[in-house]
Amino acid sequence: MPVSLLWAVDVYGRVYSLSTAGQVWEQCRDAQMEFKRVTAAQQCCWGIACDNNIYLNIHASDLPVRYQEETYENQRWNPVDGFSERLLPSDRWQWSDVTGLQHQPLDNFRLPSISWEWEGDWHADENFEGEPTEKGGWTYSMDFPATYTKDKKWNSCVRRRRWLRYRRYKAMDTWAKVIPPQQTMLPDPFSDISCGGWEISDEPSGRLSLWAVSLQGKMWFREGINHHNPEGSLWEEVPLPAEVVQISCGPGDLIWAVLWEGQFIVREGISRDCPKGTSWAVVDSPSPDVAATHVAVGMNVVWALTKDNKVWFRRGVNSHNPCGSGWINMVGEMIMLNVGLNDQVLAISCEDRAVYFRQGVTSSELSGKTWRSVVSDVESDTDKGSLDGASHLVASISPISPESFVDAPTDHSEEPIDTPKARIPKVTSDSFISELVSDREPGKTTREDGLSGPAVLEEEPIPGEEEVEAPSAGVAISSSQSGRPIDPQWSNVDLEEAQGQTGAVVDSADTCSLSSVATYTLAIEDQYGADEHPLWAWVSGGGCSVDSHSQLNWFNCSMNASCDLSVTPAQTAAWRKQIFEQLSERTKREMDNFRHYEQSVWVKKGTMQWWRDWKPHKWIDVHFALEQFSGPEGNKDGILFIYYNFYEEKKYLHAFINEVTILVPVLNDSKHSFAIYTPERTKQRWPIRLAAATELEMHDWLALLSDSCCNSRGIQGPPSKQAAWSVTCKGDIFVCEPSPSLEAMPYPTPCDQMFWRQVGGHLRVVECNSVGIVWGIGYDHTAWVHTGGYGGGFSQGLASSTDNLYTQVDVKSVYIYENQRWNPVSGYTNRGLPTDRYMWSDASGLHECTKTNMKPPSPQWTWVSEWAIDYSISGGTDREGWQYAADFPASYHGYKTLKDFVRRRRWARKSKLTSTGPWQEIPPISLIDVTILPCAAQSSVDVVPLWAISNKGDVLCRLGVTTLTPAGFSWLHVGTDQPFKSISVGAASQVWAIAKDGSAFYRGSVSPQSPAGPGAKMYCWYHIPSPGKQKLKQVSVGRTSVYTVDENGNLWYRHGVTPSYPQGSSWEHISNNVRKVSAGPLDQVWIIADKVQGSQSLSCGTVCHRLGVQPVEPKGQSWDYGIGGGWDHITVRGNSMEPPRLPSLTAPAPPSPLPVRNMEVNGNAVGC
Amino acid sequence: IMADDKDVLRDVWFGRIPACFTLNQDEVTEREAEPYYLLLPRVSYLTLVTDKVKKHFHKAMRAEDAEEMWFEYEGTPLKWHNPIGVLFDLHASNTVLPWSITVHFKNFPERELLHCPSNSVIEAHFMSGIKEADALKHKSQVVNDMQKKDHKQLWMGLQNDKFDQFWAINRKLMEYPTDEGGFRYIPFRIYQTTSDRPFIQKLFRPTSPEGTAHTLGDLLREMYPVALPTDGEPKRYQVVIQGIEPLPETPLQWLSEHLSHPDNFLHICVTPVPSD
Repeated sequence: MPVSLLWAVDVYGRVYSLSTAGQVWEQCRDAQMEFKRVTAAQQCCWGIACDNNIYLNIHASDLPVRYQEETYENQRWNPVDGFSERLLPSDRWQWSDVTGLQHQPLDNFRLPSISWEWEGDWHADENFEGEPTEKGGWTYSMDFPATYTKDKKWNSCVRRRRWLRYRRYKAMDTWAKVIPPQQTMLPDPFSDISCGGWEISDEPSGRLSLWAVSLQGKMWFREGINHHNPEGSLWEEVPLPAEVVQISCGPGDLIWAVLWEGQFIVREGISRDCPKGTSWAVVDSPSPDVAATHVAVGMNVVWALTKDNKVWFRRGVNSHNPCGSGWINMVGEMIMLNVGLNDQVLAISCEDRAVYFRQGVTSSELSGKTWRSVVSDVESDTDKGSLDGASHLVASISPISPESFVDAPTDHSEEPIDTPKARIPKVTSDSFISELVSDREPGKTTREDGLSGPAVLEEEPIPGEEEVEAPSAGVAISSSQSGRPIDPQWSNVDLEEAQGQTGAVVDSADTCSLSSVATYTLAIEDQYGADEHPLWAWVSGGGCSVDSHSQLNWFNCSMNASCDLSVTPAQTAAWRKQIFEQLSERTKREMDNFRHYEQSVWVKKGTMQWWRDWKPHKWIDVHFALEQFSGPEGNKDGILFIYYNFYEEKKYLHAFINEVTILVPVLNDSKHSFAIYTPERTKQRWPIRLAAATELEMHDWLALLSDSCCNSRGIQGPPSKQAAWSVTCKGDIFVCEPSPSLEAMPYPTPCDQMFWRQVGGHLRVVECNSVGIVWGIGYDHTAWVHTGGYGGGFSQGLASSTDNLYTQVDVKSVYIYENQRWNPVSGYTNRGLPTDRYMWSDASGLHECTKTNMKPPSPQWTWVSEWAIDYSISGGTDREGWQYAADFPASYHGYKTLKDFVRRRRWARKSKLTSTGPWQEIPPISLIDVTILPCAAQSSVDVVPLWAISNKGDVLCRLGVTTLTPAGFSWLHVGTDQPFKSISVGAASQVWAIAKDGSAFYRGSVSPQSPAGPGAKMYCWYHIPSPGKQKLKQVSVGRTSVYTVDENGNLWYRHGVTPSYPQGSSWEHISNNVRKVSAGPLDQVWIIADKVQGSQSLSCGTVCHRLGVQPVEPKGQSWDYGIGGGWDHITVRGNSMEPPRLPSLTAPAPPSPLPVRNMEVNGNAVGC
Repeated sequence: IMADDKDVLRDVWFGRIPACFTLNQDEVTEREAEPYYLLLPRVSYLTLVTDKVKKHFHKAMRAEDAEEMWFEYEGTPLKWHNPIGVLFDLHASNTVLPWSITVHFKNFPERELLHCPSNSVIEAHFMSGIKEADALKHKSQVVNDMQKKDHKQLWMGLQNDKFDQFWAINRKLMEYPTDEGGFRYIPFRIYQTTSDRPFIQKLFRPTSPEGTAHTLGDLLREMYPVALPTDGEPKRYQVVIQGIEPLPETPLQWLSEHLSHPDNFLHICVTPVPSD
């Protein structure tokens, strides 16, 4: 689980964060202002500061927030000037947007706020639809608007080119003011803010809903927030049935707010197309006589507080019923609540203002079990820009601007100015707000009253402290230092507004306890004393990724035995020491001299089901036994037996453990099954398939058999640096120790003899290099680095490293299709023709798949979401997710035409798998590809180039990757003009990449000293034309060889690559039916083949090795077939062991014909 | 470096007693039966880990001569339903190793031993121990909150000697609310050789009403005072848990968390100090 932050504000307006990995609250030193409230998402935190402005703190990420501005330059040909800017009067502007309708000269583009900067100057885009254009990037056409081509023709009368410029958001990790709107319709300051909604849609990336409530009880929605526009565009007022005091927006489609009158309103009609929702429903307060004061919503939960500080949990809340069905009173008295990620609940208690975490909240028990107090320790570092005492006097978190205390110290005697804000006293006299911000103590209140108002307080010198505080007072920027705002950057409340509020404050100070927050500031210094606990005002868990399994160090004492683990008197006590000594004596006495007792024949038996070898194939019950014994050289060996009945006759099948090449879990939605291969069985494409009764039993057997196989081959410990890694389509990870002669010429080790052992975890891609750096990418695009450990997963400690194993979670979506046919009477309906596919089906239409009968991919997976329409399918969809076509099956498009008689839409449901393995997450950027320089580093501190593609298509270069720190420390973003999908770095640091549009790029001037090339500018990419109009999808670069795979499964070799001409000259076709390629540091070539020539049903995922590769014949000659089907990925980039050379042998082995394999269903045992 | 408390759990789990199984001389054999040597897991049950012993001696016998197998040490039938470590500590703690166990295939001592026709009997016995212990520790709340597969995992962990598998679930049984300083009651059993009572088991809290932690000494003072040495006199009894003798000042809660058997009971053996 990546580290994330819990945010909180104390009663003095200081902002703190608590890391999920930490145990101390850290003060946010950047906040030069005091804050009233914060609301967090994973990528950022919003806050309302005391100046009533909204501030945004975007967490610095290696992936910059970058916006691409574009404009088009248009030209027309005339016989005199050739192509020129002289256009016809009827033509478009000379500079325009893509449609030609908008005039867009270059100097019209402005930075939206001071938080942005330009990244470079304008430049022409030289790529066009995946192809390089001639110099200048011009594309030609007969006339505007028409189809453009990159080639100039005789009838090309107009041309245009695209200009690009990037701007970058620079105010990362600081509280930057969101420029107040120019709109005049925001008369009153904001009092509450809540962000959420990121689960509603992935498009555009980083989309957030931000809701705000003003002091007058109005509500506002911030439009247009997404990754590229993090500040959003404008505030839009949301009509309300009554005045609102507080709002809470969940990650999904739940939004509740509290009305002044003490009821709730619930937003309805929220959808992907309408994240703002359409209407309100009213829900009554839990208790008829006591008004509701506060609400907090999550994905599927609503928690609330009433004025008597009672805590309430709303039953039966979900997307379909956002109002829920009833209230349950919970234990505890709280003053504020917040629901974070995974519906985890945080609260601030009434009694001590400590933050409490709700223990035991799970998806099946959303109300949790108990409240646990979160640490109160605040980092004790006193020199980090502490705020001076004076500023604390205004560090009020009251919902009223502190400027009001400051700007008009004598105004309190004036009559409140008669403005539209006359309603404010009503606001401030609300007891909820005053309770929220104060725990008025009579004694102190008296003192405050005696000082006749907070403004005077502020100027009251504190004897003895003035001098001490003076130096820091000069440094700390405070809007209140000199009695008026001195920092123009932070103050922009105009006088009229401030004065209006001043009246309000004074009014309320007389009648309620609103400003009594200041009582704290009298008593407490800028840091909490050793025995004082922070008094919290607000907490937000929206960015805090914890769940019921998280190991947190937040609690003062943990629930379980590890509580004793901190150094306590118990740890050094005599009784404890004595127990350790006695246990070690016991081991010596009872075990050390008798270990040889274990070495005997050892049998484990059980029952299983076996997919029988003869027809008709079916699962039959068998007895299964593993007999282990000590082999002749002292190593353990064994035989496995399968006892079955053949026509009433007892028979058995056996396999020697030392011949087993792999034990592989099989994808099956109901059975817990696995396959056992030997070289013979690999040749037959017919493994022994077995199914255990339960998952636990299967894991037991797999652990035992795998341990036995490793013992018989003398393999133990972590994978070597030379190891080959592969991944099945089920996500299981395998590793193989290459024999020295694996790449030997002319007689390499046959591929089917390679022994693969499983490593725990779940990945889609794994890449390595020969110094032992291994990275993986999960199905959910999470990046993982190999910790150097082994085992995990099913092995349950049997053959696992004792540390370096971590929990790994992966998420993938299951898809089904809803199909409809048009008929003239009722339009599109779910009544198809008799010949049609199922109305709910898989992608092929051949299998019926309904929402109810669909299971997760295997029993290890559990559903973690409901079925939802998937709009991200290729080809595009309409607003309801439909894709149209003339008939099934055909190519689908996202809009309806007259010729379309059928339509379909895709539904997705997320499932989650939790396993353990030697992998550590590298947050936060999601990846789709990764590549590591394959050759050896000189020392353990040498930096190894590692490149990756983010799931948004950004090219990234990892900094600080060494053998000691394989995870590196940060990403460097490498500019490109288009999104990429595959990348590979060769042994000579040559980088090749494939863009999303299928074109290839070569990147020049990459050296170990400047891994990303000069200046990380986009001009370093050389566009390489694709072979024969094919769209490429993957590239792998070995020592010198460059191989690509296209979307039609063709494998291409790059010809003419030389040190002086590294781009090469042409593509040569090597093979078809290829899914993936891995070229290694010896220029060895391995692929995952989708089909073996001449076969139909042996369709996918076989590991193949190119034979006959040598310097004079870099393309090799033929394929040798290894493990599969069902394999999805392989990397051999770790194997840099030069094979033993046999100089006398020059004649290459004759190319073996592609074998036609036994075409049984079992060929794809893993199940793709 | 001070060892970790987790190491105690591992040491307890992986404790083994070397044993030599010999066939009772009165058994009818066809050929001579060699003794069979085995390392017995302290925390497991005799009938769960002696399949190989049975198979070994069956080879020397006719099938019709072999009834249910049972074990005896120096004339005492060994109760399989007590953990192996308890049997050893109670009856044989001062013996020369390996522990010499006699194997019988006839004359099953019906009055002293329970039959054990299959592993499911051991499983049922083991699970009932866990449930009883949790009733004492948490009013059964933890064990009742568990899913059936968690129960199965506890058993499978024991059966297959999988420490991690077992403790992944068992740690939940070892939790307690921070403010209470321990379990509700400590599940313990005190065994003795000098009495016919199978064991002593009463309600005993981990802390005193004043909040101080109870120790092993406190427990013995209450349950079995003679087991404690008196000042000025030679020690008369050994108090053995998991093959070791913890000091009387050891906190009982810590012992319960770290030296309990997988059935979650703290099995305490009180035996006379050998006279020589």
